[in-house]
Amino acid sequence: MSEQQLFKVTIDNITIEVAPGTSILEAARKIGGDVAPPAMCFYSKLKGSGGKCRTCLVEVSKGSEKDPRPMPKLVASCRTTVMDGMEVKNITSERVVDARAGVVEMLLINHPLDCPICDQAGECHLQDLSYEHGREGTRYEFQRRTFEKHDLGEYIQLHMTRCILCYRCVFTADQLTNKREHGILSRGDHAEIATYIEKSLDNDFIGNVIDVCPVGALTDRTFRFKNRVWFLKPVDAHRDCPTCSGQVTLWYRGDEVFRVTARKDEWGEVESLPDGTTAWICNTCRFDKKHTGDWVIEGPRKISRHSVISQGHYVGMHKPEETIEKVLHGRKPRLMMDIHSVSQVNQPNIDLSQIEGPAHSDDFNPALPKKD
Amino acid sequence: MGVKLLLDKAHVEGIRYFDVYRREGGYRSVEKALKEMTPDTIVEEVKKSGLRGRGGAGFPTGMKWSFIAKPEGVPRHLVCNADESEPGTFKDRYLMEFLPHLLIEGLIVSSFALGSNATYIYIRGEYAWIPDILEQAIEEARANGFLGKNILGTGFDCEIYVHRGAGAYICGEETALIESLEGKRGNPRIKPPFPAIKGAWDRPTVVNNVETLAAVVPIINMGGEEYAKIGVGKSTGTKLISACGNINKPGVYEIDMTISVEEFIYSDEYCGGIPNGKRLKACIPGGSSVPILPANLLLKTAKGETRYMNYESLSDGGFATGSMMGSGGFIVLDEDQCVVRNTYTLARFYRHESCGQCSPCREGTGWMEKILKAIDTGKGKMSDIDLLWDIQRRIEGNTICPLGDAAAWPVAAAIRHFRDEFEWHVLNPEESQRRNYGLAHYADAREVVA
Repeated sequence: MSEQQLFKVTIDNITIEVAPGTSILEAARKIGGDVAPPAMCFYSKLKGSGGKCRTCLVEVSKGSEKDPRPMPKLVASCRTTVMDGMEVKNITSERVVDARAGVVEMLLINHPLDCPICDQAGECHLQDLSYEHGREGTRYEFQRRTFEKHDLGEYIQLHMTRCILCYRCVFTADQLTNKREHGILSRGDHAEIATYIEKSLDNDFIGNVIDVCPVGALTDRTFRFKNRVWFLKPVDAHRDCPTCSGQVTLWYRGDEVFRVTARKDEWGEVESLPDGTTAWICNTCRFDKKHTGDWVIEGPRKISRHSVISQGHYVGMHKPEETIEKVLHGRKPRLMMDIHSVSQVNQPNIDLSQIEGPAHSDDFNPALPKKD
Repeated sequence: MGVKLLLDKAHVEGIRYFDVYRREGGYRSVEKALKEMTPDTIVEEVKKSGLRGRGGAGFPTGMKWSFIAKPEGVPRHLVCNADESEPGTFKDRYLMEFLPHLLIEGLIVSSFALGSNATYIYIRGEYAWIPDILEQAIEEARANGFLGKNILGTGFDCEIYVHRGAGAYICGEETALIESLEGKRGNPRIKPPFPAIKGAWDRPTVVNNVETLAAVVPIINMGGEEYAKIGVGKSTGTKLISACGNINKPGVYEIDMTISVEEFIYSDEYCGGIPNGKRLKACIPGGSSVPILPANLLLKTAKGETRYMNYESLSDGGFATGSMMGSGGFIVLDEDQCVVRNTYTLARFYRHESCGQCSPCREGTGWMEKILKAIDTGKGKMSDIDLLWDIQRRIEGNTICPLGDAAAWPVAAAIRHFRDEFEWHVLNPEESQRRNYGLAHYADAREVVA
């Protein structure tokens, strides 16, 4: 293998050498940072995934050293393998940025945007994606597609309304479990994830569909509405599990374990074990072992990249400027009103109906004499 | 009277049956190909003929055949794409219904050329009665030694199976067709790998349209060079056109691609003009997914040259002022037709038929349909027209399979050529519910006022 010739590929003017057969996306992930295209459906641990969501589209401005013609269409970087001398434009291409904005908009038109009540909020790939590439308003003025919620067995709930049809869970159910009961029904924008004839998914490893779901369509019923992910403290732990690797992340608030997940890398994918297999965890570890005593604690887990979880303990993040003065580079704006706290408005001793005309800050400032 | 290669015997009584077909000179090409030619020489003949795929894309068939991988010990397959679901296209139905043996004959020759011992006809589910016709024809061919083991004593084995689809337009896309043939959900595959390398059951596969495979028969009979003399330029041979819409004589016509569009619409030999003395407004010349053309650009190109019924001439001017030959579904619209309603109908079709795999097509087709419905029912806004343009632009080229393009092009072309009609719908919501816009901007000024 060491004798193998490496391919040189240039992504956003950064050159890297990768093994033949690597996809553009994986090469870009080796560079890291903003060069890596976002991926909603591709999951390197699931065979056959990718190519569907179209968020990872990139422009190939030079096909290869032998055939330098550019590719006419944008290509899905997750399913296009690199060629020697290939030049790829990701965020340096206007076409790519425009197409990606289009894809994000399309993904969101039928998404309920119920992040405030969604368990996935905070670690949602669609949230990250729309922060980066989405627009502030919607141009979609029609009724959104909705579905009834379904319980898939006692542990998992399917909220199809939020689904972006990435097919990751279908591949998981196909490749991890031994009987396929999980697939897609219907087609087009009325397609839905389904278990055939309402069968519940009672397989030892089916809980992993929760981890692979990029949005909040598949959620953990044992964790449902219990807590927000950003209040939880992730801690690596392991146990001697007869069915799986037993390598997990525990999510604590105080002394209580609220949920157990597999360990995810910076791309939101379940990590690989040293022997190269993927550290999927079994349902027993995920749903039944919620006591510290069940686990051997390894230490706190850092959550990197642009996820909103982990309460400000991000790696490589720029904190927003706090005061108006800093934001305005030292200029002091003249404040129009000196209401400092909204709660003052709710003081029960001030009856708003008694104030004539529009309320003024003086009305709420008890230090000043009342105007009569 | 143009040359007829495919339909010349279509009106002979009983041509559907083997005895009559054989008496009329059928299966000569099988004898010639299997006894006198090798697979390579057949591919060479097809290359020389310049035959282009008749399913819509117009890719040279000989070239496609030469791409097929030939690994040792791996079976290869030929699949006949009879999933003819493009709105406005019904040429394959006619061919299979009246001349089933022509298709079988073409399939045997092509299977021999490609080394396929198991050949499949994937036919759309809605053609419920045609599989019986084909299966009967296959039985007759087998009984007469043209199918099965050791055909004509040449040692070549070939079986043809008819596979019925379940009613999805998307299964006309070759990789979705292969998925469906394998018994899976008809989602298009991501290319590469192309079917010629990894197709059905991961074996090298060629998928060809019914008409393409039928056209192999005259090519073998008359020789590729002779075939290439018919037609013009790179549009060789004859093409079946299924004409429908506001014309006097709808039906399937075989043309030799040298006639002009004007002659095709107005001559009595073909469509026979537009009924009730109406005038031509627009035409979709190649099946629902190709861009619509207004009358002025249909009969003459933007340069003022006469437009002919062939691949090059119809696409002259690109998508700005041209269209495509497509699958040959020729839909004519007279002055009483509403382009907005027509576009809405097409958008509804594509929304219904999108497989839902990749997001721009899944969500975009539904969005376009809803906006078009709003405009059509008088609830549209001016900004909706620009929004439509923006949506189609972001679908086109960004999807896995060409269905996204097929959904985007009709909308783009309708806005490009008939924007005034869309605006009229927005500005006159009530009037637009009562009457049609009539002829577009090239119309007589007096009519627009009235």
